[in-house]
Amino acid sequence: MSEILLEAKEISKHFGGVKALDKVNLTIHKGEIHCLVGENGCGKSTLIKIISGFYKPDGGSIYFDSQEYPSLDINQSIQMGIQVIYQDMSIFPNLTVAENIAMNYELYNKRKLVNWKNVRKIARQALDHIGINIPLDETVGTLSIADKQLIAIARSILYNSKLIIMDEPTSALTRKEVDKLFRVIRQLQEEGISILFVSHKLDEVFEIADQFTVFRNGKTIISKPAQNVTNEQFIYYMTGRTIEEEYFTAKNADFNKSLFRVENLCLKNGFENINFDIHPGEILGITGLLGSGRTELAKTLFGLYTASSGKIYIEDKEVQIRTPMDALKLKVGYVPEDRLTEGLFLTQSIENNMIISNIDRLKRKNKTVDYKKGIEDSKYWIKSLGIKLHELKDGIQTLSGGNQQKVVLGKWLETRPKVLILNGPTVGVDIGAKYDIHNYLRKLAEEKDMAILLISDDISEILMNCNRILIIKSGHITGEYKNTDLDSSKLQALITEGVG
Amino acid sequence: MKIQRLLKRNEFYVALIIIILSLIIQAISGQFFTANNLVDLTRSLIVPGMMASGLFMVIVSGNIDVSFPYTAMLCMFAVTKLFQVTGYQGPVILGFLLAAVIGAFLGMINGVLAAWLKLPTLIITLGTCTIYLGFTQGVLKSSVISVLPEPMKNMVSANLFSVRSAATNLGSSMHVSILFLIVTLLIVGFIMKYTMLGRGIYAVGGDPVAAERAGFNVAAIRVFVFTACGMIGGITGLTQVTLSGMCQINFFDGYEMTIIAAVVLGGANIAGGSGSVFGTFLGVVLMKIISNNLILLGIPTEWSKLMTGILIILGVCVSAYKAVSAERKVTSNILKDAAGEEAAHE
Repeated sequence: MSEILLEAKEISKHFGGVKALDKVNLTIHKGEIHCLVGENGCGKSTLIKIISGFYKPDGGSIYFDSQEYPSLDINQSIQMGIQVIYQDMSIFPNLTVAENIAMNYELYNKRKLVNWKNVRKIARQALDHIGINIPLDETVGTLSIADKQLIAIARSILYNSKLIIMDEPTSALTRKEVDKLFRVIRQLQEEGISILFVSHKLDEVFEIADQFTVFRNGKTIISKPAQNVTNEQFIYYMTGRTIEEEYFTAKNADFNKSLFRVENLCLKNGFENINFDIHPGEILGITGLLGSGRTELAKTLFGLYTASSGKIYIEDKEVQIRTPMDALKLKVGYVPEDRLTEGLFLTQSIENNMIISNIDRLKRKNKTVDYKKGIEDSKYWIKSLGIKLHELKDGIQTLSGGNQQKVVLGKWLETRPKVLILNGPTVGVDIGAKYDIHNYLRKLAEEKDMAILLISDDISEILMNCNRILIIKSGHITGEYKNTDLDSSKLQALITEGVG
Repeated sequence: MKIQRLLKRNEFYVALIIIILSLIIQAISGQFFTANNLVDLTRSLIVPGMMASGLFMVIVSGNIDVSFPYTAMLCMFAVTKLFQVTGYQGPVILGFLLAAVIGAFLGMINGVLAAWLKLPTLIITLGTCTIYLGFTQGVLKSSVISVLPEPMKNMVSANLFSVRSAATNLGSSMHVSILFLIVTLLIVGFIMKYTMLGRGIYAVGGDPVAAERAGFNVAAIRVFVFTACGMIGGITGLTQVTLSGMCQINFFDGYEMTIIAAVVLGGANIAGGSGSVFGTFLGVVLMKIISNNLILLGIPTEWSKLMTGILIILGVCVSAYKAVSAERKVTSNILKDAAGEEAAHE
């Protein structure tokens, strides 16, 4: 085995009374692709921030090239050759591609003046190095997330980088883009650069990693080569429990009745001639790659986009959904893709987030809000969804991703919807909470006769929880399948076949 | 491609409006492109132009400053009073240096509070502007100084050239302080475009967290923009004295709003991160044409504020409408993209 590049030994970190890291260890060799995995809040991000010098550890040391450092600062870490690509990519949306790539490097070289020719040259070289072509003068804010990611990578290789840390780089990429990214990562590896790849997508870990380390609750659980590990073992390492799911079959569904039907729905530039029918008690899955039109379809059904043509029927009655208010009145609920920007009021309390969609029903005759009833309703959902919280009055941000998502779900269920549209309901949600959410959705379909439309790119989520699955590709539905006729490799193939 | 780029730029549209508006005024009144009108218009740009270029940096950094007119006022009275009391007879440049130092200090107070307390800068500068006003009234006991000290009085009549219109027989002089405006615009333009400090200001305005991770000293950048804005404010205060030949406490009333409006009209995003000095300058020109020249169209001066207001709202509406409608549309064509890709695949 090659030399050790970085070793984090017995690193601890507290925030207030909370132990984020408890004597964790991480060893990265030269030229190794190392995956760091774990559920949300397991301490992955905290360790990255300690390695990058953003936080100072409370205990332990970092060894880099056999030198001991009790703590690092940001510039020191960059000088040593450590580059971090954060999940938000830390790019400047208001500046051009060229400047985004070259600026940090120019700053690192302690330049005082900007030589625009030089900036373009640096940027061009960096993009050429990883074999990517993006117009240099484009404003970065207008680019796709994948392009932003590639810009962040191009930026990071300018330094004499020895270690590039990527925090969940694939979470918003299409399969094709992931392949491109992996190609770049392997190229960097050949050049002797070590990669620390943070992810919670198991298939990716198996595909790219030489070695992986699992964190759980701020502790190192295991670190071993990525071969010879099964999915089940992996989930056990991450969650500390074994989870088994059964295929959902909609056994209580009434296939003679139509609850939510869409006929020839079109959205300009988005999708064409979408047809489907959801019966009460059914969970219909729609899956496709990022950019296949799945999100656009979800948003159109909830009135966030206006359909250019086509008809929507609820219980065989034609309805118009032009705004989210229309959808609400028609008892259609929507759990959005990005709970942080679309689903929650981040500065508000848990309680206020719970009651917001029902504020109309909580109105008394004199137009004031009946908070008492609101709190009772909230408590009901907290109990039935198993939301773990300290107090209702706490800020929503004190909750973990999974619990936040349960709040979004509870909020919509309180509106007593007949139709519930979920768009990527478990993105960034840890496996335990994910399982809880899936179970609850099944219960809603089976016991409340709701029509549920689950839109997701999580293959196993779709496969296990939807009795029927539609594949969307380039804005068209290309096939309908029963989940019991498929397995995950078949479904994966159906989604990607015929696409670039 | 080049033309498309030009069409995307806000400056282009502001310039277009300025040209159209001046042609209309010329066509109706025949007095816009007269030498004395142009000189008067340019002269009226000096003070707001300087203030706007200082404020421009603050706005690009994602902050706001409403205290700069009061900084200008305090500096104006402080320096004039000091010269009066001491009977100073030396070169007037000392006064400008002094005003710059006081202004920079006052601006730095804003900057340090903003960087240290991380409060919204609107609140901070609302507080400090009242302090500066109170200081002028209470400590300096000033509201008007009509007889200026000698060095300043001499500068009042320092003109570069004078013109006289044949048609109207009105005379106008170009005051020497136009050079201050030119130098300020050039320096601010240079800083913003060609120094890492300037790019850092854009970076902080775009994403402060990313800027910090990139290694910018975000706190220092905040302090810098406020200090620079205060310094320019101080110099502007004294410039105003040499333009009008007296000090008056209400010189800069309402300036905070009109200057902010001019900067935004010139294409700077009020949330920070974008805009150019040139655009800011055009914004000031447009504001001044409206407030000075509408009278040539037969629109009474009382209406100029109303027109300015409408213009600001229209200007902001256009960009806001673009943003809102973009949100409700699928911008990149999923259907077409895929068709192209499939074709390529085959």
